[in-house]
Amino acid sequence: MFQVRFHGRGGQGVVTAAELLASAAFREDRYAQAFPSFGSERMGAPVTSFCRIDDKPIRTHEPVTDPDALLIQDPTLLHQADVFVGLKPDGCVLLNSARSFDELGLADFAAEHDGGWLRTLPASSLAMAHLGRPLPGAPMLGGLAALTGVVGLDAVLAAIAERFTGTVAAGNAAAARAAFEFVAGELARERANA
Amino acid sequence: MPYQPIKFYQVGSFAAGNRLLPEDLRSVQSGGDRANTLTCGHRACQGCGEALGARYALDAVTRATKGKLIAVNATGCLEVFSTPFPETSWQIAWLHSLFGNAPAVASGVAAAMKAMGRPDIRVVAQGGDGGTVDIGMACLSGMFERDDDVLYICYDNQAYMNTGVQRSGATPPAARTATTPAVGPEPGNAFGQGKNVPLIAMAHEIPYVATATVADLRDLEYKATRAMDFHGARYLHVLVPCPLGWGSPPADTVKVARLATESGLFPVFEAEAGQVTGATPIRHQVPVQDYLRLQARYAHLFRPEERTDVIARIQASADRNITRFGLLDDQDQQTSRPERVRLAPAPHDYSAGER
Amino acid sequence: MLRQIEGSRAVAEAVAMCRPQVICAYPITPQTHIVEALGTLVKKGELNAAFMNVESEFAAMSAVIGASAAGARAYTATASQGLLYMSEAVYNAAGLGLPVVMTVANRAIGAPINIWNDHSDAMSQRDAGWIQLYAETNQEAADLHVQAFRIAEELSNPVMVCMDGFLLTHASERVDLPGQEQVDGFLPPYEPRQVLDPNDPVSIGAMVGPEAFTEVRFLAAERMRQALDLIPAVAASFAREFGRPSGGLVRPYRVEDAELIVVALGSVLGTIQDAVDELRADGIRAGALGITTFRPFPAEAVREALGGVHRLRRLVVVERALAPGSGGIVTADLRAALATTDGRPPHPGDTIISTVIAGLGGRAVTRKALRAMLTSAAQGDLPPFSFLDLRRDLVESELARMRAARRSGPSAENMLRDLSATAPGALD
Repeated sequence: MFQVRFHGRGGQGVVTAAELLASAAFREDRYAQAFPSFGSERMGAPVTSFCRIDDKPIRTHEPVTDPDALLIQDPTLLHQADVFVGLKPDGCVLLNSARSFDELGLADFAAEHDGGWLRTLPASSLAMAHLGRPLPGAPMLGGLAALTGVVGLDAVLAAIAERFTGTVAAGNAAAARAAFEFVAGELARERANA
Repeated sequence: MPYQPIKFYQVGSFAAGNRLLPEDLRSVQSGGDRANTLTCGHRACQGCGEALGARYALDAVTRATKGKLIAVNATGCLEVFSTPFPETSWQIAWLHSLFGNAPAVASGVAAAMKAMGRPDIRVVAQGGDGGTVDIGMACLSGMFERDDDVLYICYDNQAYMNTGVQRSGATPPAARTATTPAVGPEPGNAFGQGKNVPLIAMAHEIPYVATATVADLRDLEYKATRAMDFHGARYLHVLVPCPLGWGSPPADTVKVARLATESGLFPVFEAEAGQVTGATPIRHQVPVQDYLRLQARYAHLFRPEERTDVIARIQASADRNITRFGLLDDQDQQTSRPERVRLAPAPHDYSAGER
Repeated sequence: MLRQIEGSRAVAEAVAMCRPQVICAYPITPQTHIVEALGTLVKKGELNAAFMNVESEFAAMSAVIGASAAGARAYTATASQGLLYMSEAVYNAAGLGLPVVMTVANRAIGAPINIWNDHSDAMSQRDAGWIQLYAETNQEAADLHVQAFRIAEELSNPVMVCMDGFLLTHASERVDLPGQEQVDGFLPPYEPRQVLDPNDPVSIGAMVGPEAFTEVRFLAAERMRQALDLIPAVAASFAREFGRPSGGLVRPYRVEDAELIVVALGSVLGTIQDAVDELRADGIRAGALGITTFRPFPAEAVREALGGVHRLRRLVVVERALAPGSGGIVTADLRAALATTDGRPPHPGDTIISTVIAGLGGRAVTRKALRAMLTSAAQGDLPPFSFLDLRRDLVESELARMRAARRSGPSAENMLRDLSATAPGALD
């Protein structure tokens, strides 16, 4: 089972992102479960959502306490809530920011947590460029696909196409693809340099 | 059929046989083919205004709908005396659910008829003042607001009679009830309270609102029939004296109702989409004392001494109704005259502590 | 058809396929998505029904009563406070024998106000005379509605389908939605036992005095007894038609040789099954028994499920509701069921039953906490009645406050203040 936890603020599409990921996994004939952590709904409040993916039916309904991947859509949450709690030693973090982990003051965390992948991704910028709105959910999923391969890019794109229509669908898909290529490109360069 | 007032000139009584009229003007009740929707054998008290009103109203609706109707009844006197287990005096499809939900249940029946492709089957809901004015108000307002296709008839005897004469939101000022006893410096129900449900119904701008009493049964039949010309939410408020609760002689039920209208205390009118379209003028105005004296629930206003102050306040409210609805205007003008009716609140006399 | 779909939507689509004719909607978290989805289907013309936006839950149940009595298939949904507000009408529907189906998206009852999942709402109506079914998954939630209409109409008894608020209603899961033809084949058109028909008028809802009231109530109990036979039959028929097990009375999981069995209702069973598997791997012979039908309480089915489990020593009942002053609710029914069978208890004397109150007001029931609790149960260290994951420090502080001063203030607010002061940045 692969477990993902999404962090963001109300209005950033945190819940939608989890549902899209589940939808993508479903398209690849896998079992998936997506649900929000259920606080009162208001814009700007911290929101958490979860997604589980497995090859067999998912029975549990508890929150994800030990995620394999963390998708942090809003860097202002970093120092406010303990977003990293429960992250598996070899778990990965994808953080929506144009800056690096060091620049964000998380060098120590990165050092302690060297078992997994810790990456930043300028998802909001990509969303602005392709969608015209700073909704980072779709590009974050593109980045996750490149980083972990838990779902394929095609599945993510198909989930987007099912959920949205018109220019919104096209913009989200383009942003997701751009994010995928960004992360894949960085990974390739690092491997080449290693 | 347009309402044509029939003038009777027999002195001393209002009794005039239908046989003097052409057939098409005779009352529903006078017909040998009347439905007897609420048939005999029910357990109402002698002189019950509600039993009288319900029979006239429902038979009129049954005729207007050719028997294609379903009735929903709130808990109350009518429900209790008409269905003493294991008997029923209803000859139509009839449902009783709860005290406060008759309008909502009726809305559900109407929705079912629509969904099942039977909009020809009409729905009537009925309840007493308690079930309408108080506990049923939320459901009633919801039914009005949605314009559900239901005629709601309220039989107003101005208190919770079935449970032993307790005060309701329809109990008039100064009236004695079990919970507004005639003791202390201000005996009976308080002034400055109460709801005018016909006006509330009009504020919802539903297709048709009317008031009626059992003193003018032909008018009641007409209004019940007229209501069925409309679709959507309709409301009929019928004053029905209760000999037991009002402490009036059972033989005087009709008379007491007439005095209520002739004094101006109970205005009789029709309204459509929130506008009054016509009011029944007062033929011979009577002072409110003539009405109050007949009822033991007002006995404390006359004994041990006459409470002229309280009676004056009651008279003032009657006068306000007369002004508001133009009840003493020229009787020969029968058509609608909305310009004569002031729907704004009447002027206050704050020095007397009036509402 | 397989879909990745939010639980509420799955239920709405399943209900729509049952061809309800009157749907009443009044919003309350967390069922609102269900009625919204149904409303959209009606407005788009995909579902031919009268959709009423009513002014309260009391009106919702009342309108459904009127519609059902008039011969229409009628449906509504609610939760928590809304269920309480319609309580008078809930009893009325059962008393009148109307085959109404209602979804209850289980949510805690206030005060204090709480929008999250527990079973206190449905439990409060357990004696109203409604059949109560509890869904374990969103698949089962969808399936149970199809079964519910059939059960309700055959028996002339209302049915409440319970699904955990948020945990199921707001979770997107894989659901195999039945097709319209399949449902049409399974659910015949509604044929009422009693109906308001101008051509054949009857009076429904008369007052019944002492001379016959007992007999009317006996018939209500009798309907429940008949339900015990009908529910498994409908579930079996469903399994044949739709190709998957769903519904029924109880659901045993690895009970055959268990020494410790957990009893529970609803979605927590999934987490419990995961915990059972882990305990088994640890060498503890654990099992689980889901109660799918809570009313009527399937005493015989429970006895049968447990009767052959010769090594059974402990039953732990995980309850998502509390009966203050009494303890567990399901536990009481379970004890009664196991007390006698023809006068002989199945496990004479040595099955220890413990109640664990868990998941109140949406508190997560985690596999980790369940494992720890069940391990201590297996070791004989679980008290007869306890709360899972209780913050004893918060409670002790408040009790101390109350001992110290008369005007100690509102307890809930005091403890929340303590909580925010002591907790490390909690995940929000």
